[in-house]
Amino acid sequence: MNRNAKFIAGGIVILGALAYMIYAGVTQSAVYFVTPEELQAAPVTGKAYRLGGLVAPGSLTWEPRALDLRFSLTDGKATVPVRHKGTAPDLFGEGRGAVVEGSWTPEGYFKATLIMAKHSEEYKAPHDETGAGYKELIKTLKGEQ
Amino acid sequence: MIPEIGRAASLVALVLALGGAVAATAGGRTGRSALVEAAQRAGVGVFVLISFCFALLTYAFLTFDFSVRYVASNTNLGTPFYYRITGVWGALEGSIILWAWMLALYTLIIVLRHRETTREFYPWVLAVMLSVLAFFLLVMTVAASPFERLAPVPADGRGLNPLLEDTGMITHPVALYLGFTGLTVPFAFAIAALVTGRVGDAWITMTRRWTIIAWYFLSLGLLIGGWWSYHVLGWGGYWAWDPVENAAFMPWLAATAFLHSVMIQERRRMLKLWNISLIILSFTLTLFGTFLTRSGIIASVHAFTQGAIGILFLSFLALVVLVALGLVALRWDALRAQGELDSVVSRESAFLLNNVLLIAATFTVFFGTVFPLLSEAVRGVKVSVGAPFFNQVNIPLFLSLIFLMGVGPLIAWRRASTDNLRRNFLWPVALGFLAALVAFGAGVRPTLAVLTFATTVFVSATIALDFGRATRARRRTGERLLPAMGGLLLRHNRRYGGFLVHFGVLVIAVGVTGSHAWSVQTETTLKRGEHAELAGYRVRFDGLSASEESNHAKVTGAFTVSNGRVLDVLRPAKKFYPQQQSPIAAVDYRLGLTEDIYLVLGDFARDGTEATIKLQVNRLVSWIWIGGVVITLGALLAILPEARRPA
Repeated sequence: MNRNAKFIAGGIVILGALAYMIYAGVTQSAVYFVTPEELQAAPVTGKAYRLGGLVAPGSLTWEPRALDLRFSLTDGKATVPVRHKGTAPDLFGEGRGAVVEGSWTPEGYFKATLIMAKHSEEYKAPHDETGAGYKELIKTLKGEQ
Repeated sequence: MIPEIGRAASLVALVLALGGAVAATAGGRTGRSALVEAAQRAGVGVFVLISFCFALLTYAFLTFDFSVRYVASNTNLGTPFYYRITGVWGALEGSIILWAWMLALYTLIIVLRHRETTREFYPWVLAVMLSVLAFFLLVMTVAASPFERLAPVPADGRGLNPLLEDTGMITHPVALYLGFTGLTVPFAFAIAALVTGRVGDAWITMTRRWTIIAWYFLSLGLLIGGWWSYHVLGWGGYWAWDPVENAAFMPWLAATAFLHSVMIQERRRMLKLWNISLIILSFTLTLFGTFLTRSGIIASVHAFTQGAIGILFLSFLALVVLVALGLVALRWDALRAQGELDSVVSRESAFLLNNVLLIAATFTVFFGTVFPLLSEAVRGVKVSVGAPFFNQVNIPLFLSLIFLMGVGPLIAWRRASTDNLRRNFLWPVALGFLAALVAFGAGVRPTLAVLTFATTVFVSATIALDFGRATRARRRTGERLLPAMGGLLLRHNRRYGGFLVHFGVLVIAVGVTGSHAWSVQTETTLKRGEHAELAGYRVRFDGLSASEESNHAKVTGAFTVSNGRVLDVLRPAKKFYPQQQSPIAAVDYRLGLTEDIYLVLGDFARDGTEATIKLQVNRLVSWIWIGGVVITLGALLAILPEARRPA
């Protein structure tokens, strides 16, 4: 085999291997973006989803001993119940946007393995009620009440 | 007043940069030095004006001038002094001005250093630098002005993003942008080479040091970003394959390929076309990265604001690509290589393979990052690929690259003889195999970790072999050991600087492998006095306390860590910023050479009797930062002026 043929053969082997690795990587780690409406329309058990929506006000419950976090994500058209084992990330809360990754279970809820709170680099003006909430919290912790 | 003065100054700077670019182009075409001198003065003027804008904005931050919208959005009366300075580049508008300032600084250095030495290229280099500057000034004046007026003036600002209140935040963007803007210089020289038709290796020799500096700052920026992610974000990781991170990683990969392939052109006059293409790719990837992160086109956890800026970047990107490709087509014949590869087993082909693998990695990262866009366009469904994709495809590529680090520097040019191979690689390969056997026998798993360690040992052995041999050669002339080693480093500073950087990369590879393979974590809720156990450590919850800082309130937990004896008390906290509706976690950790204990306060009961914690024992992570220090030393050594040989 002459020199150029060797280089071309080597190049084809590398390209082939790369193409295969990318193909295998995509098929194994593809995550489908869905809205609550799309998920409710046709949930597939076991498929990897990334579900984005608003944390429905009043839906959030947290059981610290069992590390059981439950809430619903909504897009105004449909609402999906979500469960997660573990604490919520910073900036997560009712009435705010969140993206969860996980899968749909046969029991009829979305099992999240990862929660991402949506945030931007700029912040909203302070809310008086929440500010008062912190002050009260600090007082409680300092034992002033 | 500040908004108006700032806007006027940036507008004048824009006009000057445009005028300067036109003058430089005309000067390059006609050869009239008066035009080039005018462009030069414009370049200096732009630097002075942008410095002034930057100082003005800093002054507005320091004096809480909330009539400037940007100041009001990114600071408030409680923001500490230190973060009022770093807050200047905490968000989009400020980062554009920082970018422009650095570009102007580089232009100034070119004026000072290259005015006399590179007569033919100089006007065109100036033209390119000033055009890129003009683009950033355009963004600064029309799309993302830091000097927009806010009326009515609020009594207090909104405050800086609490996550940015960290020392990493002063250095991370600065280093990263110095790297991004630094790549503009070799790109400008490459364009000058294309325009003048002198596509030999003059432009490469002139920009050699620039490229290393830009590469080094890019690496530093990525590493500091990792450190920031590790010790601020509280997820225990340093790299998430997030689009924003990928945007900075792609130019680094392409620049790394460029750094290596230019050596082939210097030595063998080959790969002219390839090198020009690589620097064009590196530079356009910096623009593409900024487009990606600033346009909001790809949803990222920390993507920034959307807006007209995306269109501006995309148009400029298209313009750059068109002009560059047009010039390459124009000089096509001159760019065709003269040299030819002699043998598959040679240093040239090792370097070529290094380039192919680096570009494959660049493509992989690119493909994975834009995959959601592609799948939506092609199949109509939005699908993303996450960390598993990037790891799966890149790990074999990076492992091969590390292996080549051992092969490339020691294999012979042109054609390696069997004797050359035996002389340079017999012992390192034997040591690598031995390391694999020992590690496997000692129960090290997974196999991937064994493989990485064996490769690392192999490469380290080649470095030691080369350095040892060269030291011995100098010792034969009667030098003592230490002067011989020192003299060697200084005399062949590029070679050994490169080796040192390679060694730093090996150290980082060990850290990445270890943290990936052996880190463990647990999450649990503890009552006061209860403890959690993980990997031989016992973490006891002692209680919570509250305090008030200048711009936030803080709830701090106390946790005693022991492994038989008491090691430390960790104090992770939750910080409550009034401008935020929910708290931000502040991690606490105990770093170690083999293990970090990493503790996050997740949640707590309001009466302080109960806390939910996330506890991690992260293995070998410290070696990533140590590797960063080694890379710094290596890069410093490599950019030292070449030692003059005695006459």
